Amino acid sequence: MTKMTFARAINSGLRKSLENDPKVILMGEDIGALGGVFRVTDGLQKDFGKHRVVDTPLAESGIMGTAVGLAYRGYRPVVEIQFDGFIYPAFDQIVSQVAKMHYRTQGAVKMPITIRVPFGGGIGSPEHHSESPEAYFTHTSGLRVVSVSNPQDAFTMIQQAIASDDPVLYFEPKRRYHDKGEVDETLDLSAALSMEKARVVTEGTDVTLVAYGPLVKTAKDAALAAADEGVSIEVIDLRSLAPLDFATLEDSVRKTGRLVITHEASQTGGIGAEVAASITERCFYHLEAAPVRVTGFDVPYPYSKLEMHHLPGLDRILDGVDRALGRPNSLSGLEG
Amino acid sequence: MFTDDAGKGGISAGGPGNSAGSNRRTGGDLVQLITPGGERVSHPEFDPWVQDVSDEQLGALYEDMVVIRRIDAEATALQRQGELALWPPLLGQEASQIGSARALRDDDFVFPSYRDNGVAYCRGVNPEDIVKAWRGNALAGWDPYTVNIATQQIIIGAQTLHATGYAMGIQNDGADSVAVAYFGDGATSEGDVNEALVFAASFQSPVVFFCQNNHWAISEPVRLQSHIQIADRAAGFGIPSMRVDGNDVLAVMAATRIAIDRARHGGGPTFIESVTYRMGPHTTADDPTRYRDANELEDWAAKDPISRLKSLLDRKGLLTEELETAVAAKADAVAKALRAGTINMPEPQPMDIFKHVYSTPHSPLDRQQDHYSRYLASFGDPAEAASEEGAR
Ligand SMILES: Cc1ncc(C[n+]2csc(CCOP(=O)(O)OP(=O)(O)O)c2C)c(N)n1
Ligand SMILES: [Mg+2]
Repeated sequence: MTKMTFARAINSGLRKSLENDPKVILMGEDIGALGGVFRVTDGLQKDFGKHRVVDTPLAESGIMGTAVGLAYRGYRPVVEIQFDGFIYPAFDQIVSQVAKMHYRTQGAVKMPITIRVPFGGGIGSPEHHSESPEAYFTHTSGLRVVSVSNPQDAFTMIQQAIASDDPVLYFEPKRRYHDKGEVDETLDLSAALSMEKARVVTEGTDVTLVAYGPLVKTAKDAALAAADEGVSIEVIDLRSLAPLDFATLEDSVRKTGRLVITHEASQTGGIGAEVAASITERCFYHLEAAPVRVTGFDVPYPYSKLEMHHLPGLDRILDGVDRALGRPNSLSGLEG
Repeated sequence: MFTDDAGKGGISAGGPGNSAGSNRRTGGDLVQLITPGGERVSHPEFDPWVQDVSDEQLGALYEDMVVIRRIDAEATALQRQGELALWPPLLGQEASQIGSARALRDDDFVFPSYRDNGVAYCRGVNPEDIVKAWRGNALAGWDPYTVNIATQQIIIGAQTLHATGYAMGIQNDGADSVAVAYFGDGATSEGDVNEALVFAASFQSPVVFFCQNNHWAISEPVRLQSHIQIADRAAGFGIPSMRVDGNDVLAVMAATRIAIDRARHGGGPTFIESVTYRMGPHTTADDPTRYRDANELEDWAAKDPISRLKSLLDRKGLLTEELETAVAAKADAVAKALRAGTINMPEPQPMDIFKHVYSTPHSPLDRQQDHYSRYLASFGDPAEAASEEGAR
């Protein structure tokens, strides 16, 4: 076990993948000498060379489209999108090519591309640097989508994502990059929890609280705070957003009968909507109350002075928990 | 009309000694009118376009450049002191921004990038409005229509298409104003910029593509973006181009006037590569020592745009104590006002995040807003509701 930052853990996972598979190629803007604007690729170009850690021209569609070509040729590209808000120029290549190639060619052409996206807010950034675009991609068939919440998973899941023969969007919570945690760098990937599995991170009996990425920490803190008041929250880290691990979710909701989902992304059409609808279908008779979503509002990501109002914080999550439990909350007395 | 055969009629670009044919140059040698040492050198093609710049106007350009450098330094200091979240310095690019922006008419319309704070200043944007977005108090600091400059674009290259579309509108209206897109060397790799050049050429729209090649796109050197001189790419789109010394305010002004004049008189788009240097970091969050050689900075410091103009003024006997005092006083006053305006900027209100998403009421969003105000009301002190701690 080594204590390291989140960013370092991804770096270490990337290094392992570069070492283990000569077909792995990293591509992105400023990932070489600079080591990426968050230093996630620090030192990799120096150690693996410019042909494996490639500073690309400033063009996201170009990066993604050439990654498709490299994958066609048998490579395993790992693409860095510098910030969430800059993925859209690549959207067409991702949705129309990366996601559909395997289907189109009846499995003949694989797209083992990993798309790393630093995402989410809370770091006081200008516009386009704090977005949570994951639902655009979970809505797109053919893509796998994961989000990591701690250094160990970051280390393990980046390697699992790269090893996957399907394209994977790998969302990194940038406001957690500097958080430290213990990482076992000797962990055998085949023994590690599958990338598609959710994980119960805090056990509880009263309410299931589902989070992913940056809000897992907030959700765990909320569970701690609620425990002081005698409320037992079970926190689930989704890890995989597409596909969702319904088995783990169902087990928990059958036990607690109550469901709260939280994410930074806007509410409409989000992961919370999918979890709530699916769990309602699957566990209707076990639910004691309607599922509750605590999410970013349906507004463009606001300027940083107000971002803390947009982002679900511990108190807003606990207010949602109270609603799921039928305890007094900010919406008490309101219908629907 | 922006039909694809517009402009094929050989419309004259007008201007002294120029016709649409003779001045449709492509790239070529770097145009310079003031040497780094401050010597005025003649250039038969470009001289006529700045012949009218009087001694007084030369002094005004000097003042502009000193003032925006001062605004830039003050904003950097404000960021260091925690008053701004981030700042993208323009240090070194003063001649490119002032020389070009001062060549525009009030009714021309500018589409800038985040670094074009000197351009915004010239358009009449209040300096404290320039820093507003960088303080996190707004997504954009001004109303584009009051100053004829769009808000600063962060998505690299997107604004070049906006400028082109705006120019198509000008054409359709039969007006004679011009749209100007400002963007960087890195931006030229983006699809949007290339598509903008295609549209502008097809429709022969009155747009000027003003590319500040400051040699870097964060850590990426310009050679990664373009194998040839950036200005030379324009020929492939059928757009005439110029390559000017971007640290020479007169050369930049002459080139921009040529391009503007052509656009105004039906001659279509022009591409200007203004060769300059980003002397500071990409933003206050960047550390250029990780990727660039200190010697390079030294070489460019010797070509500094402000000392160059200062030397020219000196040679011409225009650098009087009176001018120096007046310029310093102006810079001090602007910086002081910027600082005060920044520190005293009114704080936005929590419910502001729901405003202006749509132009008419939107019931699901109204419901979210109602719920959030109830939530805030459930706290004694609303500030507590979203304390930094709480959201983490
Ligand atoms: C679509 C998009 N991709 C990436 C970025 C991140 N980014 C911000 S500035 C920049 C470099 C831009 O370089 P250049 O166009 O030369 O302009 P300069 O910063 O030098 O003024 C990059 C990559 C962005 N803002 N937008
Ligand atoms: Mg640049």
